[in-house]
Amino acid sequence: MDIKSLEDRFEAKIAAGESIEPKDWMPEKYRKTHIRQISQHAHSEIVGMLPEGNWITRAPSLRRKVALLAKVQDEAGHGLYLYSAAETLGITRDEMTEQLLSGKAKYSSIFNYPTLTWADIGAIGWLVDGAAIINQVMLTRTSFGPYARAMVRICKEESFHQRQGYEIMLTLCNGTPEQKAMAQDALNRWWWPSLMMFGPRDAESPHTEQSMKWKIKRKTNDDLRQQFVDITKPQADILGISIPDENLKWNEASGHYDFGAIDWDEFWQVVNGNGQCNKDRISAKQKAWDEGAWVRAAAVAHAEKKANKKQKLSA
Amino acid sequence: MDQSRYEYLLLLGDNSMILGHRLSELCGHGPSLETDIALTNISLDLFGQVRSYFQYAAELKGDAATEDSIAFTRFDRDYRNAILVEQPNEDFAHVIVRQFLFDSFHLPLLEQLVNSRDETIAAIAAKSIKESRYHLRFSSEWVKRLGDGTEESHQRTQAALDHLYPYLHEVYNESPIEKEMKKAGIGADLATVEAISRNTIEDVLTESTLMLPKIEPRMVRGKQGIHSEHMGFILSDLQYMQRAYPNMQW
Repeated sequence: MDIKSLEDRFEAKIAAGESIEPKDWMPEKYRKTHIRQISQHAHSEIVGMLPEGNWITRAPSLRRKVALLAKVQDEAGHGLYLYSAAETLGITRDEMTEQLLSGKAKYSSIFNYPTLTWADIGAIGWLVDGAAIINQVMLTRTSFGPYARAMVRICKEESFHQRQGYEIMLTLCNGTPEQKAMAQDALNRWWWPSLMMFGPRDAESPHTEQSMKWKIKRKTNDDLRQQFVDITKPQADILGISIPDENLKWNEASGHYDFGAIDWDEFWQVVNGNGQCNKDRISAKQKAWDEGAWVRAAAVAHAEKKANKKQKLSA
Repeated sequence: MDQSRYEYLLLLGDNSMILGHRLSELCGHGPSLETDIALTNISLDLFGQVRSYFQYAAELKGDAATEDSIAFTRFDRDYRNAILVEQPNEDFAHVIVRQFLFDSFHLPLLEQLVNSRDETIAAIAAKSIKESRYHLRFSSEWVKRLGDGTEESHQRTQAALDHLYPYLHEVYNESPIEKEMKKAGIGADLATVEAISRNTIEDVLTESTLMLPKIEPRMVRGKQGIHSEHMGFILSDLQYMQRAYPNMQW
């Protein structure tokens, strides 16, 4: 079959809402887009373990410690699952790790902000996982089968994490004035970066048009961002803390909240590596990778020795 | 309150807690995703055990004690863990060898506690035993991989063993509380535990091509509350929130 008819068949499948599977023919750009997007998503899970891991040893109670450990472990599991989905497209996990460490592959910029207090663990669960879920629920219907299926499973755990984060915030807000101030401070620092998680405005998003056409994305960045604001504002009201945006107001006519301007300068600075923790995050992953080299080598060497022994025995 | 039983629970719970703490420091920093997940899993199991032990200890103590007040608000002298579990995560070999030595002891200990006359302790042991069996399998497999892997991994693992093994002796040494609990049919008989533990270690080391260090046991008294210099730093992390913001709900 010539390329033209393969392409036609692919486009027809997408149009009919059928999922694309790893063995199906797909345009090279579709494959590359998915490797980029899925690996970026996997890297976000893996790098995201660091800011939260930062509070495991200092968690304020045994119950919270266990929950946080389990949460960070879930993220490692998501990373593993997503790397496997990307591997079906013809790239290895080691290659993806190298791309992360060299800076060629990106991860969600939100994780380049520091976690300074225990309330940040609550705010990340509530806001960051909340924003991630909005994006991921959309992705459960994405056109590439393994990615969509990974999202179904991941969404379930993420919504559990989100409730857990909100519950941390609720406990703080119902606690002492010091605890409530800690919650407000966390909201102040995490609000705007959370809005930035949805990516650039539609007009400036280089991938949106093609991604919509291929049903990789089904909603635009701005639509998803609006959805997040609409959901989150009433939750902040229940907590009794205020979102740091004086232009945030209900708009009767549109049926949505209006909100203030995002500092896109900050967004691009962080994306381009100049956020507070960009270097720390990558250094930490690089250190783990380098220090793990002899361990990985030992595992391979031992497996070979074992296989040789078996061979000798059966010979 | 039943002071001896309470102290015995601290002995059991503190080992799990301090080792769980050391493992939790590694979360996100492991040599591979799979080992990262496995070590976090072990840490989670250990903290689960800690909660059971300390909830029971709080009940015995009364006086508004909670699992958290017991975990986080004692002074260093009141922690009863062995010095072995305080040893830092020097490298993956130290992490694995520390785990293996502890598991070799922990599993036969739990196997005895299942028959404790104290029903709560017996129930906690019954639940923990499956976890501990998995921990020992994981750490033994890794000792074998590292010991009989590359030259570097062999050397690192032997060095970890040389450093950590002399601390193991303490866990076998019967303290007055352990003696009392054994007599009451509540605690384990450490001589039996030691024999099984030593057997396990010998078997695994042989298969790993590692040498049992010929080093005298170190004179340590962690179980009596005399800890290593590492302990203060562990506690400043562990207790930070409870100390900085006392008497709050989290």
